Amino acid sequence: MKNLGPILTVVTAIFVLWYAGAVALNASWAYDKAKRANVEITFSEMVADTMQQKKPKLPAPHQVGKEIWKTTGEMVAKGRAFSKRSLIYHSWITLSATLLGFAMGTALGVSLSVGIVYNRTMDMSVMPWVIASQTIPILAIAPMIIVVLNAIGISGLLPKAVISMYLSFFPVVVGMVKGLRSPDHMMVDQMKTWSATKGQEFWKLRLPSSMPFLFPSLKVAMAASLVGAIVGELPTGAVAGLGARLLAGSYYGQTIQIWSALITAAALAAALVAIIGVIQKVVLKRMGMA
Amino acid sequence: MGWIVFGLVAWLVGWRVNSYLSHRPRTQFSALAVPVIFGLTIVVLWECAVRGFEINPVLLPAPTAIALKFATSIPILWEDFVQTVIKGAMSGYILGCGAAFLTALVIDRFPFLQRGLLPVGNFVAALPIIGMAPIMVMWFGFDWQSKAAVVVVMVFFPMLVNTVEGLQATDHMQRDLMRTYASSYGQTLMKLRLPAAMPFIFNGLKISTTLALIGAIVAEFFGSPIKGMGFRISTEVGRLALDMVWAEIVVAALAGSLFYGGVALLEKSVTFWHPSQRKSR
Repeated sequence: MKNLGPILTVVTAIFVLWYAGAVALNASWAYDKAKRANVEITFSEMVADTMQQKKPKLPAPHQVGKEIWKTTGEMVAKGRAFSKRSLIYHSWITLSATLLGFAMGTALGVSLSVGIVYNRTMDMSVMPWVIASQTIPILAIAPMIIVVLNAIGISGLLPKAVISMYLSFFPVVVGMVKGLRSPDHMMVDQMKTWSATKGQEFWKLRLPSSMPFLFPSLKVAMAASLVGAIVGELPTGAVAGLGARLLAGSYYGQTIQIWSALITAAALAAALVAIIGVIQKVVLKRMGMA
Repeated sequence: MGWIVFGLVAWLVGWRVNSYLSHRPRTQFSALAVPVIFGLTIVVLWECAVRGFEINPVLLPAPTAIALKFATSIPILWEDFVQTVIKGAMSGYILGCGAAFLTALVIDRFPFLQRGLLPVGNFVAALPIIGMAPIMVMWFGFDWQSKAAVVVVMVFFPMLVNTVEGLQATDHMQRDLMRTYASSYGQTLMKLRLPAAMPFIFNGLKISTTLALIGAIVAEFFGSPIKGMGFRISTEVGRLALDMVWAEIVVAALAGSLFYGGVALLEKSVTFWHPSQRKSR
């Protein structure tokens, strides 16, 4: 934890900059208001005003914090944690799509990588396309997937999860292929001398040795999956979810709402990645790799 | 029925050819031919499925229909390409990567900043930064400036983290040698550390190409003038003109691959000395 001091300094600096930015960006509106009301305001009054505007250009951190508390903690206290105005409800919508998409993406990625490792034809024909698919801005097709799946009667969770899946399968494939190929010739030969079957070789050698490669890819995949779910919520016309909150906020100029949705999404991403980190630590420790 | 049978036959033939090619010793030809054949069979299968099952073009247009639309609407596609890729993504990419590079040089001089900013940068790189898009649109207006701003924010942290990591890639022996030559900070940087950092820097640049395009396209979903790839995609989806959407996706795919390929080519000529660039066998 010797990095704690520097990290705290940087985080403090970010908050100071944020407040300074809030004053700088919101000042013109504060002066404007004062001019229309025909009053002269001093610098300190102006600063005080920039901290509490209703639709600021850049809301101050405490305004965002208050909004988040108002839409989470207070709602829970009132027993309406899952009302439509609560961020918990919207986070849950996004989270469920993220997790489903992540699970589907991981399953697809792992099975593709097994195919690629064990089938030479698949290796040579599919792998280049998997890599090429990374250079394509996949998110561009998000609106189309939503609309097309809607048209054939699939709506709600699944279309968003499909986008998340598409974004999250790639890191898993790349990591798993690397991991499944990580045992060297000596180890594979050793399995052969024990006359291990292909299945035994997979379960007892290749799969365990792929674990250190799998977890970092899972972290990337989880972050990508959340982005997919958020973007997937944009074209549905702002119904529910963190992406919908972003879109609704940008329609009505509710900057505080945008920022609170953004911070919540960031916290969600951080929490999900941290959970995978914990699982990684436990699993690798029990396997004697960490 | 005929179309479906034809599609399946085409698939089987393609797979057999690939299987034959991939079980022979790997050559440059087969390494290129196998994925191309695979891609072609997928397209043929798609075309046959659309014709055979008579899938509504509102759901899934056939590849030929997409190609036709692409050929007939090149002026529109070009206009969108210029708006989104050249103005939005490219300018943001250059600004963002440049700023990240300079920041990395500063961070590198101060170990305190390094220990503080690097974990924060790593953390931020994992966040859904794309959510900044509506804020940037609000600050910088509907035109390409706001898209460039989103791209700057998106590429900044991956580039920063990679560059800082790259600048640490030299080991003590090498730096000590530079000291014994009495080289200044600038000389060490130019002659030893920057060249050694190049593989990492290019890694960041390559990751950023995709992020830049994604940022520019998604930012247009939050508001844009009446041109641009993201704008076209979202409005044409609303009009159920899916062939146009697919044509835009083809443009996006081409732009993304060319962008990535260009950076990769540049990398090859700059880091020709690195083991990963050696020709295998």
